[in-house]
Amino acid sequence: MSTTSAVASTQQRPASSPPPPAPPPRNKFAGWVAAAAVILGLGYLISPLFKQDTAGGFDYVGFGRLPILVNGRLKPMDSVARTSLLMLQDRQRVSSPTTGNLVDSPDEWLLDVLFRPEIADTYPVFAIDNPDLLSLLGFTEESLKINYTKSAHRILATVGFMPGTYRRFSYKQLESKLAEIDRQSRLAEPTEQSLRTPFQKGVIELRDRLVLYNRLKHSLIPPGSTNPLSEYDAFVKGIPAGAAAIRARQQGQSHDEAAARATLEAAQRYEFMGRMGYLLAIPPLAGSTDPNAWKSAGNALLESFQTGDINPTVLAYAGMATAWRNRQVEQFNTIVKMFREILVKRFPERVSKTDAEVRFNSAEPFLRSMTLYGVIFFLGILSWMRAPDLLGRSAFALLILAWLATTVGIGTRMWLEGRPPVTNLYSSALFVGWAAVGLCVLLERLYRNGLGLVAGGMIGFATLLIAHHLSLSGDTLEMMRAVLDSNFWLATHVVTITVGYSATYLAGFLAFIYVVRGVFTNGLDAGTSSAIKSMVYGIICFAALFSLVGTILGGIWADQSWGRFWGWDPKENGALIIVIWNALILHARWGGWVKTRGLMALAIFGNIVTSWSWFGTNMLGVGLHSYGFMEAAFYWLLAFCITQLALIGVANIPLRYWRSGRHLSA
Amino acid sequence: MSEIRNAFVAFFTSLKLTVVLLALSIILVFWATLAQVKLGIWGVQQEFFRTFFVLGKIPGTEIPLPLFPGGYTLGGFLLINLLAAHAYRFKFSLKKSGILLTHFGLILLLLGELATSLWQKEFMMRLDEGQTGNYAESTRETELAIVNVSDPVWDDVVAIPTERISSLDTIQHPGLPFRVVTRAYYPNAIVDALPSQTEPSKIPELPVRATRDIGTRSVVRPQPITYREDQRNWPTAFVELVGPEGSLGTWMLSAMLINPQTFEYGGRTWTMQIRPERKYLPFSLTLLDFSHDRYAGTNIPKNFSSRLHLHTDDGRDDRDVLIYMNNPLRAGGMTFYQASFDNDDKTTILQVVRNPGWLVPYIACVAMAAGMVIQFCMHLVGFARKRSKASTRAIARTSPSASPLT
Repeated sequence: MSTTSAVASTQQRPASSPPPPAPPPRNKFAGWVAAAAVILGLGYLISPLFKQDTAGGFDYVGFGRLPILVNGRLKPMDSVARTSLLMLQDRQRVSSPTTGNLVDSPDEWLLDVLFRPEIADTYPVFAIDNPDLLSLLGFTEESLKINYTKSAHRILATVGFMPGTYRRFSYKQLESKLAEIDRQSRLAEPTEQSLRTPFQKGVIELRDRLVLYNRLKHSLIPPGSTNPLSEYDAFVKGIPAGAAAIRARQQGQSHDEAAARATLEAAQRYEFMGRMGYLLAIPPLAGSTDPNAWKSAGNALLESFQTGDINPTVLAYAGMATAWRNRQVEQFNTIVKMFREILVKRFPERVSKTDAEVRFNSAEPFLRSMTLYGVIFFLGILSWMRAPDLLGRSAFALLILAWLATTVGIGTRMWLEGRPPVTNLYSSALFVGWAAVGLCVLLERLYRNGLGLVAGGMIGFATLLIAHHLSLSGDTLEMMRAVLDSNFWLATHVVTITVGYSATYLAGFLAFIYVVRGVFTNGLDAGTSSAIKSMVYGIICFAALFSLVGTILGGIWADQSWGRFWGWDPKENGALIIVIWNALILHARWGGWVKTRGLMALAIFGNIVTSWSWFGTNMLGVGLHSYGFMEAAFYWLLAFCITQLALIGVANIPLRYWRSGRHLSA
Repeated sequence: MSEIRNAFVAFFTSLKLTVVLLALSIILVFWATLAQVKLGIWGVQQEFFRTFFVLGKIPGTEIPLPLFPGGYTLGGFLLINLLAAHAYRFKFSLKKSGILLTHFGLILLLLGELATSLWQKEFMMRLDEGQTGNYAESTRETELAIVNVSDPVWDDVVAIPTERISSLDTIQHPGLPFRVVTRAYYPNAIVDALPSQTEPSKIPELPVRATRDIGTRSVVRPQPITYREDQRNWPTAFVELVGPEGSLGTWMLSAMLINPQTFEYGGRTWTMQIRPERKYLPFSLTLLDFSHDRYAGTNIPKNFSSRLHLHTDDGRDDRDVLIYMNNPLRAGGMTFYQASFDNDDKTTILQVVRNPGWLVPYIACVAMAAGMVIQFCMHLVGFARKRSKASTRAIARTSPSASPLT
């Protein structure tokens, strides 16, 4: 076949393909059921906004909203509490398998860490999985076994529905082994990151977690202080006498040794706090709005040597600490409220952002949308067997709802950060899902055959699950490194290329559905088959367009920022492979070598190609684009690739063995 | 005869060839990505893309064996395939204008990349605060510089690319009163001081020995060529200078030695060294200030920037410029990028790139993107028309009240 006619024939092909099937017979209750589904879904999505975490009367929420500077970003205490818990133990809940929840909210945990460390030290928040590491720490199989008191729990544990062994430990449990953990991590450190054994990785990770925890503990009050207010009082009052005594001692004159020692000890304590403290909680004094001028409580205390006064914010936190320690609800709430009012007056814009971030945190729009996507996926599949109109319409309404929820979530993140949607791997997962589900909504609106529902539910769920796991490594609203600090290129290159990923995945998943439905069910009729074919073809065109434009924009960015249009960097190569792959599919189809099934097999391989570009290239650990080595993800990626290859194999089974084979041609 | 011609045309214009070439390209790119872990980016470019064949060695020997078509082969065939298909098959029509434009962009892109691979040169420029420089140094290439430093005001430099001396021939330069004879050349070697307690077995026996200066007190250990990003090659040569009255002696020269070696000849003072190849600029740059901001309480870099003063001898240019991430300086046919920094934020390292073809990819990209957008929009319009017809039919078939899903 000549190129001319091949290209010409694609122009005419859409016109000659059969029209999509008419909508299924309408169910008169469908509208009502869909409306009910929307109300239920909406209720599920917004219910956390109305939850009040004020058990015991303490105003956790108010405390959680206080702004502090961590890792270069002004964020609420609540975000620090949540991301710290995720980094320490992969979840936000603080509980033990035998006694249940130990605190009501991440904020309560953070308050204990900051102000009652002796209590926080008993919470099991250090996740340890490596068996060698566990035995190094003196845990035996016997001591790790959870002995449930209720027999129901025991049965559940035996069948695997409840954990059978402890995997989270408290600081108190690890305290005696700190020196050994430190020694082992020093031994492990010289080994290159990608060559470290699981034990080495585990011990370094645990050490880092302990450091983070200790830095948090020393953020606001001096170590071991039971009543910081009276300590500060004594400190300030002692400064003149102490300073005089030190001066006299240096000059070899008679001096008050006790006063000199007290002042020096205080200076050492605060210097230690300043060095260790994780939170930069003290805003600049009135008149300065420089975001970099926020400092740690320790450094603010050291300034007292010059000012002769205690910084008011340090005092406010000391007041909160005393009230929290003495369980004085009213006093605590009053200090939080008054302190907040001062901050609102001084930084109205920033406080409104941190307030919004707290609401965003507690709404968990992505986790809740993930659940909805799961429901939509099953409803979509059910709609192919029973009541297509009723279930299909409800699921479609829910799909739009979940998609809108993620839209609001992504929008909020953009507003908080002041950035385009994709700034790191985590946000790329959100965005890949968002764009793919958006396309699914469009497809379902056009075809009304449940494919958009199933594909959208599947991709939405999977991408949000990936995002959830990526969020375990820390704050997802991180500051941009200098080289990436360009909103223009983030908005153009990164967004386009990510849409290219979405589209390639969507084509792959539609093909996936085609093969599974065709081979294992007899539900794939000729009309659906041709509908999927034209969907996949159209989406691949779309993917080719976006991945090509995105890759090219990346080249231009590279030329602008480091002087070469193309450098064969792994991430660039990954993007290039997607472009070539899509081009290959299109040319193979124009040449007429692949028919429907071949197109599906090629599109499924697109899943592997895209996963390689998105994640695989980051695992190589070389190149300008690497975000770090992702250990566990590697095996998931491998498993995913194997399933896709298996599916391509299945797609090549001769049609006569397909359960829907009799409806289909080639 | 015409049969053979037809067979050729059929082969080179076939869409099947395109698909096969695309598939091979994917394999090449993927393989090269994996190979980067060992070879580094630069090595991969040389061994996979800027070559006609990816070469392997027959196990146990040094005999090269082509394993796979390289970038030049695949790119070349794609180019021929594209040009041939357009010359023989394509007829212009509005419907195909998008595809035509995309393919035109692709041709331009391939040619542009070829030009880049042939003519692009990269240099580094390192400036301390307050320092003025008028040359950039190559990151890969080195040169043998023989400088007549007798005049206190200016130096007379003869620079010979090390590539030229690697062939071990004799070089006679009008600026030099002696011939330069390379006795031995090692593309990568480590130079150490001669250990005090010499263990003869540990010192490699090289065919040539130095008779002058530091070479007599050093050990040269030849190394294999490295392609790694974090390592560099240290070219080393044994060079004999021969004047009309006979040999002046043999020097050991190495890029590892920072200071040049000095000698007297013919009443003049000379220095000699192997140094990174220099590219003299038509202007000078003075680093006024380098700044490096971090986000508060972290080591995450917020921005790097170099404030420089640009000055030409003719005085036509005399201005301050600011180079920072994503904002290079283009001057004198070269582009200066903020690449790195050193010396406690007091030294800037600029990447200097000379690429006469830098504009080509931009044009190519606009053409490709525009072509695809045109084609995609035409498809979309066609699809939408068909859909609206189909849905009118569908509505007519079901009931008059049927409306799109709400």
